[in-house]
Amino acid sequence: MIDLDNVAYSYGGAELFSQVKLNLAAGSFHFLTGPSGAGKTTLLKLCYGELQATGGQVRLFGEDAATMDRDAVAMARRRIGVVHQDCQFLDHLPLTENIALPLTVSGREAEAEANLDDLMGWVGLRAQARQLPPQLSGGERQRAALARAVIMSPDVIIADEPTGNVDWEMSQRLLKLLIELNKMGKTVLIATHDMNLIRAAKSQVTTRVLRLKDRRLMQAGVEL
Amino acid sequence: MKIYFARFIELVGGDPQADRAVPPTGFTARLTLFTAGAMAFLAVFALALSLATGRLADRWASELARTSTLRISAPDDQVDAQVRAALQVLETTPGVAAARALTPDEQRALLAPWFGPDLPVEDLPIPQLVEIIEDADGYDPTGLRARLQAEVPGAVLDDHTRWREPMIAAAGRLRSLGWIALILIAASTAAMITLAAQAALAANAQVIRVMRLVGARDIYIARAFVRRFTLRALAGAAIGTTTGLFAVWLLPSADVAGGFLTGLGYQGLHWFLPLFIPPLAALVAFFATRAAALRTLREQS
Ligand SMILES: Nc1ncnc2c1ncn2[C@@H]1O[C@H](COP(=O)(O)OP(=O)(O)O)[C@@H](O)[C@H]1O
Ligand SMILES: [Mg+2]
Repeated sequence: MIDLDNVAYSYGGAELFSQVKLNLAAGSFHFLTGPSGAGKTTLLKLCYGELQATGGQVRLFGEDAATMDRDAVAMARRRIGVVHQDCQFLDHLPLTENIALPLTVSGREAEAEANLDDLMGWVGLRAQARQLPPQLSGGERQRAALARAVIMSPDVIIADEPTGNVDWEMSQRLLKLLIELNKMGKTVLIATHDMNLIRAAKSQVTTRVLRLKDRRLMQAGVEL
Repeated sequence: MKIYFARFIELVGGDPQADRAVPPTGFTARLTLFTAGAMAFLAVFALALSLATGRLADRWASELARTSTLRISAPDDQVDAQVRAALQVLETTPGVAAARALTPDEQRALLAPWFGPDLPVEDLPIPQLVEIIEDADGYDPTGLRARLQAEVPGAVLDDHTRWREPMIAAAGRLRSLGWIALILIAASTAAMITLAAQAALAANAQVIRVMRLVGARDIYIARAFVRRFTLRALAGAAIGTTTGLFAVWLLPSADVAGGFLTGLGYQGLHWFLPLFIPPLAALVAFFATRAAALRTLREQS
């Protein structure tokens, strides 16, 4: 689905990481971990085409991200559901419309009707449907972000610290949702520094844990 | 062009969902409405100026172009002979459709405004006039003058070009000024709406970012803005045009001032021409906003 081939990235002159190799095969479940500031968010942004690698090659669904035009990037993003670290919403629209936004912008709003109610129930946000995003708690926003990420039934789900703002119980619920999606055949990539979350996942699903540290991406050790 | 037209039509149906995604932007909406209104108001007058000067030029040209006059002054006993000679010359001049000597009655009528109706034309040494009517191509006045000088020594050719040309040129210049004014109005409208659209896009940078992140194509985001600005320009221009037409309609009629002065107003079917101003303003807004939106979206990453 998504391939990173010897990828390097630097903001300005400062190199954040290099020689990164990553292959997200269909149906795989990956964790990306590493200290804060190591570049996890940046690496995810390369994976959904918000940033362009400064070295090496990123392939989104087999296509070189460097040569994709803006429309092609938009089309690729419809196949990648993203839970952003800072949960980007349109603050003037009620929650349901925010969650349906990926369908709306791709001209498939007719499908929203059928899926939306199920989805709102699945993430436990039926009661908040008419509320505006700023009125929600951190955990509710993160669940809403997950709902928006999956409404298009994307091939790949990328989540950046999806449990950053929530308590243990809620993080288990979110993890369960992601594992369910993986069992449905979706490719999942989660960036987190929450080791407990990774351990909890390992007992339920086959995962690979990658660690971004000292400017390299490595297979995580056995300490988990 | 065809694809733009299809997109333009698509706007009318539009995508209300895309409109909702972009929150309303108060001051750019008012700016667009006001600009389109004011510019349409001015366009009504510029168009009136163009049409009126066009009418003027046509009138001068058609009234004066086809005729010229030959004046023959000669001793009494030679007048008839010279007139005959002149007519002969004229008959064989290419470009002259007809030529005839005016009758004493006609000559008296021409002079009546200056000397009263009872002028004894026959007894006065006034020149005999020959009216020349040109065909569509016209004749060569220099050549004709040379021939007349040789064969009809008392003839003076007055082809009106002397004073006709500068007047027609002036009317033509005025008409061009009217068109230039219309073009400038369209350009200023485009510039103002571009600025307003850019302000709206900048104010909505975060909204645009979110829409891009969930897979919106540039054209989809642009359309939300384009639709809005096009409709606003259409509404503003409709108001401005109506007001402008009403103002023109209230202008006093200038026809009383004489045949050459035809008022600045619209005449007949021309009253319908300003109805094109609002759709044209909408078209200008459509292209201005579309270009601004697509450019800004590319720059915003
Ligand atoms: N837009 C940017 N411009 C410059 N530096 C940035 C930018 N975004 C992130 N960084 C820097 O890159 C580093 C990695 O950031 P990030 O990818 O968010 O790390 P992580 O998600 O692992 O905490 C940080 O030191 C951060 O300050
Ligand atoms: Mg991060």
